[in-house]
Amino acid sequence: MTEASGLPLEGPQGPKPRRVLSRRNIFLYGTLFVITLYYAMPLYVMIVTSLKGMPEIRLGNIFSPPMEVTFEPWVKAWSQACTGLTCNGLSTGFWNSVKITIPSVILSISIASVNGYALANWKFKGANVFFTILIFGAFIPYQVMLYPIVIILREIGLYGSLGGLVLVHTIFGMPILTLLFRNYFSSLPEELFKAARVDGAKFWGIYFRIMVPMSLPIFTVAVILQVTGIWNDFLFGVVYTGPETYPMTVSLNNIVNSTQGVKEYNINMAATIITGLVPLTIYFVSGRLFVRGIAAGAVKG
Amino acid sequence: MCAALPQALLRVEAMSNSIEIKNLDLRFGSFEVLQDLNLDIGKGEFLVLLGSSGCGKSTLLNCIAGLLDVSAGQIHINGENVTWAEPSERGIGMVFQSYALYPQMTVEGNLSFGLKNAKLPKAEIAQRVKRASEILQIEPLLKRKPAALSGGQRQRVAIGRALVRDVDVFLFDEPLSNLDAKLRADLRVEIKRLHQKLNNTMVYVTHDQIEAMTLADRIAIMRDGKIMQLGTPDEIYGLPMNKYVADFIGSPSMNFIDGSIKNGAFTVDELNLSLAGYEFASGEAVDRSATLGIRPEHVVTGELVSHSPYSIDVEVELIEPTGSDKLIDCQVAGHLFRVRMDGQAQVSVGETLKLGIDPARVSLFDTATEIRL
Repeated sequence: MTEASGLPLEGPQGPKPRRVLSRRNIFLYGTLFVITLYYAMPLYVMIVTSLKGMPEIRLGNIFSPPMEVTFEPWVKAWSQACTGLTCNGLSTGFWNSVKITIPSVILSISIASVNGYALANWKFKGANVFFTILIFGAFIPYQVMLYPIVIILREIGLYGSLGGLVLVHTIFGMPILTLLFRNYFSSLPEELFKAARVDGAKFWGIYFRIMVPMSLPIFTVAVILQVTGIWNDFLFGVVYTGPETYPMTVSLNNIVNSTQGVKEYNINMAATIITGLVPLTIYFVSGRLFVRGIAAGAVKG
Repeated sequence: MCAALPQALLRVEAMSNSIEIKNLDLRFGSFEVLQDLNLDIGKGEFLVLLGSSGCGKSTLLNCIAGLLDVSAGQIHINGENVTWAEPSERGIGMVFQSYALYPQMTVEGNLSFGLKNAKLPKAEIAQRVKRASEILQIEPLLKRKPAALSGGQRQRVAIGRALVRDVDVFLFDEPLSNLDAKLRADLRVEIKRLHQKLNNTMVYVTHDQIEAMTLADRIAIMRDGKIMQLGTPDEIYGLPMNKYVADFIGSPSMNFIDGSIKNGAFTVDELNLSLAGYEFASGEAVDRSATLGIRPEHVVTGELVSHSPYSIDVEVELIEPTGSDKLIDCQVAGHLFRVRMDGQAQVSVGETLKLGIDPARVSLFDTATEIRL
């Protein structure tokens, strides 16, 4: 107590008191809880089922935790489950997917970022027409182009190979990625670009020395978009590759939908979780950067 | 003859211009930003491009820098036609309003970036960075990133980036607009010192007339892509060539009264100001309608009125004390008329004040064309 506060103040003072159990809070947290359950339950069921043996599954208690934990379904899903005629599990598909995703992601992002940079900073003749055509490409349904691309790939000898699928993924990633990079680079202060030009930096110099170092957030966003998009792709995978080169999603489908003998739910669940692990990991690792990157274009820093 | 010789030499010296802009046009689509603009800037001159926003002053600077392609005309720097040259080949250094420092590089990296691009030897780069950082007193900051600098320090680094290039022409694009008032005044003085020390050509864009008046050797006042007047600060202030310039320069701005010139006097209502002592551009007074312009600080009050050729009584309507001055609002011939008085002057609202006007210090403009008479 200081001398000045000899007379205690009357009436409201200090922080306004807030009730923990107000109607607003109950409603808010109640809703959040229900939504969390809605999303968490299926995951819970999957994990629990994948750790049970078949006899336990047949009891039908899908919510009960496993009485006897077994990792056999996971091992089986990875290396022994049958996809049609072969019984190599998911492993072949996994490595195929890795071989498809990594080059596709690197190629598409490298090209799209240069595209976006050129469109945003070097206002060349016809830039707007080029950009409009590119964006228009984003709105054409894939189904329209499926068969023409089959013919094109056949003619250039890439049909059924991983290289062909990489090419398709790179091309289809182009519109949205270019838009993403163009908008990000446009949001960077133009004077920075001008200063670099006065300093004698050329097209690639400005790109590598000035623009790329400032663009970690948007590169993260692009990587997440492409990795999840290409990893989860089923349609292109099933159309443009053969049984030897099927990506993981197609293998998973073949395991789950194979009709020989009994349906092994535990193996199916394990296989699905394994397939989903890659995008899931990406989200967990870079979630923070992802949010920052998406907001980065909206507000000028 | 002997006396005329140095004079002739001086003229040759003055003719070696640093920057020459010839018939410059710039269009964005059908929109004319700059129209048939001609401007010569002498070696070592400090030229300020002054104008309100959208007048084309920054655009002109970007054209000089080579950051915008011109639609027509030529730009010469140091006697070379650089109209098609890259910005880095023009021998210019530029300072931007937003500093435009490369955020991921240290101060040292920012200063040396241009030199590395020019493939200068390492020792030369180190020596130039050292010299620039000494001049600008930023040596302790060399290892820091721009994010760890204050606004004033950042702008100093930005100036340093132009300095290390060792060029003859500096271009400033509103370099002080992002700083607070105190810092702005400090850096303004520093830029002036820098110019005195380096003595290279500087082109400085601003919308702040105080900056323009204090820094400039010559000011070009721009409006709608055209130069309204080009002259020394004294000329711009004392002999504005048109009403726009007269109105733009000076704060509070010039008082304008519409009336007419009859028999060598400006008359309207109760005002009848003899123009003996006013220097007409055409040499003589012609009867016509005209606008009279008087700066608030060119009206005298108190004892000085008796020395004035003309005086008029007004009623004080409003007083704005600013400390050093008092600004008085009153009415003359039905127009608002502002007078600057000494800050210590005793005056109250409603009082009758005697104002003294010297015709030698007024400006007269044609009412229709707004050009100085």
